Amino acid sequence: MSVLAPLHDRLRSRLGPVASPVGLAGALLLLIATFLPWSTYAGFPGKMLNTVPGGARLYVLLLALFAVLFVLAVPGRARALRGASSFALTITILTVLFIGYAGGGLVNCGVGAWVGLAGALVYYVGAQALLVDDGPAPARELPAAPWRPAVEILLVVALAFLVLFVFVIGLGIPTANIASGVDHKLGGAVSLNDLTNESQFLSFLLLVTGAVLALARLGLAASLGLVTKKHSKVLVGAGLVAAAVFPFTQSGNGYSLRIAASIGVFAAAAVGLNIVVGLAGLLDLGYIAFFGVGAYFAALVSGSVTSVLDVHLPFGLVIVLSALISGLFGVLLGAPTLRLRGDYLAIVTLGFGEIFRITVNNLDGSAGPSLTNGPNGVSNIPDLVLPGGFSFGTNHTLFGVDLPFQANYYWLEVILVAVVMTAFLRLAESRIGRAWVAIREDELAAAATGINTTRLKLLAFALGATLAGAAGAVDAHVVKVAAPDSFTFLESALLLAAVILGGMGTVQGALLGATVLYLLPEKLRFLQDLRLLVFGIVLVLIMRLRPEGLVPSKRRAREFHEAGGHADGLSAPPGHHAGVPS
Amino acid sequence: MSTVLEATAVTKRFGGLTAVKSVDLTVGEGEVVGLIGPNGAGKTTFFNCLTGLETPSAGTVLYRGNALPTRPDLVTKAGVARTFQNIRLFPNMTALENVIVGRHSRTKAGVLSAVGRGPRYRREERESEEKARELLAFVGLGKVRNELAKSLPYGDQRRLEIARALATDPGLLLLDEPTAGMNPKETAETKTLVRAVQDRGIAIVLIEHDMRFVFGLCDRVAVLVQGEKLMEGPPAQVQADERVVAAYLGTPTEGEESA
Repeated sequence: MSVLAPLHDRLRSRLGPVASPVGLAGALLLLIATFLPWSTYAGFPGKMLNTVPGGARLYVLLLALFAVLFVLAVPGRARALRGASSFALTITILTVLFIGYAGGGLVNCGVGAWVGLAGALVYYVGAQALLVDDGPAPARELPAAPWRPAVEILLVVALAFLVLFVFVIGLGIPTANIASGVDHKLGGAVSLNDLTNESQFLSFLLLVTGAVLALARLGLAASLGLVTKKHSKVLVGAGLVAAAVFPFTQSGNGYSLRIAASIGVFAAAAVGLNIVVGLAGLLDLGYIAFFGVGAYFAALVSGSVTSVLDVHLPFGLVIVLSALISGLFGVLLGAPTLRLRGDYLAIVTLGFGEIFRITVNNLDGSAGPSLTNGPNGVSNIPDLVLPGGFSFGTNHTLFGVDLPFQANYYWLEVILVAVVMTAFLRLAESRIGRAWVAIREDELAAAATGINTTRLKLLAFALGATLAGAAGAVDAHVVKVAAPDSFTFLESALLLAAVILGGMGTVQGALLGATVLYLLPEKLRFLQDLRLLVFGIVLVLIMRLRPEGLVPSKRRAREFHEAGGHADGLSAPPGHHAGVPS
Repeated sequence: MSTVLEATAVTKRFGGLTAVKSVDLTVGEGEVVGLIGPNGAGKTTFFNCLTGLETPSAGTVLYRGNALPTRPDLVTKAGVARTFQNIRLFPNMTALENVIVGRHSRTKAGVLSAVGRGPRYRREERESEEKARELLAFVGLGKVRNELAKSLPYGDQRRLEIARALATDPGLLLLDEPTAGMNPKETAETKTLVRAVQDRGIAIVLIEHDMRFVFGLCDRVAVLVQGEKLMEGPPAQVQADERVVAAYLGTPTEGEESA
């Protein structure tokens, strides 16, 4: 961070020559510490008392292993070390603070915690003091050999399953609660057990971020990027398989499948919003309303006993109609408002989002026509039944594994996300997508280049709404209810945050952003009242450290990190009128 | 020689200010016409009236005999392309992408064919890219096609803007100060480029302050002063005209004349 830059400069000038031994010593100390007890408090579980590293200690240990880079002369190692050590230090500090907080005082920290803190600090200092300042390591390719394609494909498949593995571990962190079937939303008293288990999610997130960052700086991300680009079809296939396999890893745990399905809905909507915001650059703050239109329509025509309409359309038709009606709403709202730009558009869409919520809240028969049951919403949506008689509401046993009924909805969700992602990717790389980006970059120039800006902006708005409508229809079936509470401004803001945090203009970004944004508040519940505060702090930190988002599009990464010369990149140099006759 | 552009009595008023006062301009097939005049003479406003960025308060603009629409994308589609005085590229797109966007009005793929990716879609994409590569090579930017527009040197940005305009298959190209801010070498290169564009059978109207550039390049020069066309004619005639000199340098007062 730039705030620390003067400190780092001083470290470099004082310690530069001995940085490697110092850093190595620190990392070694940290390694030893992970085998010592970190807590003296007997009632403190969380794998802190014994001498076998687990939980946060294991995470720190993994990051300490990067210290071998002090003695290996590979390109990018200084920056990788700085990344790994700062994340190791952050996790250590957080854990020490947490043991102190949960146990009632820092006195509860065991000898391991203090040794670890000292080690992490020295590790960090050593890494920062390194005199080598190499840029990002270049992408490397495997040596050309007959086995290369096979190994590359293997790597791509392994990558997909590694992501699945990380997701499963991350999702499974508060194991104790899920196993005992306690729903966090309902659970009243928070035990110490919850605290330690869930507190590790943040540490886990830091570990993943730190490790990915360090590996990326060693050139691994760029090299993998080359390979995945070459075998993009394999990546898609492996990704789908990994996603489909996920229910088998959950040993019949319906709760986590439900969370995964919700992440899917959230991600699909985020990808749709990414068209509007990421590609066309239209700030839509009321996007959740389109999602709501889809959800309400699906709820009303799917045979719910609480629906005022006594119809039960087949699901295939419902999803198409929901998408189309939502798209129509997009056009209706877009046509008059898209003349506005920037902040004004944001305010108007914000207003429309609220109008939708308030309207469905009032269409209860007393304040308005009876349609939506007001605040109660349309509930008891029956389980989906496929034409063959396959009901989504029943548990199944597949390959000898018990699958709770939530797995069916999860798979439906995987299909939805795959469809939405394909649509997005193909549109982004087409004539239409380029026109959207051109409009975002310079609307006047886009018009002068032959782009019908009004029409294309409306198209972006309508398509975003269509995808949101489809996602909403599926969501109504997953949660079995459509109620006004689910379509608040906060939801629109969260979706927007997912797009920006993940990286504007990419599907991977929207997916990752949606996952993090959905899981983080879930996993931070142990903080109770402080939950949203910490959530906010994490978001601010991410945007401070990585303004282009977690997985930015190539264009956006360059936008933030390539010296464009002038602030706006295109202003005329001084002496603009050098050609004026004198 | 058939006419490409026929602007008659084009007038643009902003409230009480008349920026362009009943200006006529005719451009023949393959002709290069210069538009000069002191700052604030209404040259760019006149361009904006031609390209649909401003709607003229009065007057008619015909392109190959048909009235030009007053919406910029339709003007471009009709065959009139332009560049801007202060370069307006898509800064965060690559040079190649900038030019491919220029093909927008000449291609058709809609949402369904973009998602479906049928053979027709792929052929159209391939053709767009080939055309864009060819144009980049034509303006001399073949080697930097994957650079971001904003990271190109100033002179290259101007060339890129011309390549993007050419990608729309124009019959008439309007250049707004193509050499502004350029050094003599770049100016000379731009002159060669404009000639090459002319050789492609495209008529050109250019606004320019570099008189050597204008008089060495244009078949005809029109002078705009305070929104009105002062005169029009071959370079030599315009250059020699006292009124033009007066418009740029002012009329000498009696005392100065004798000094």
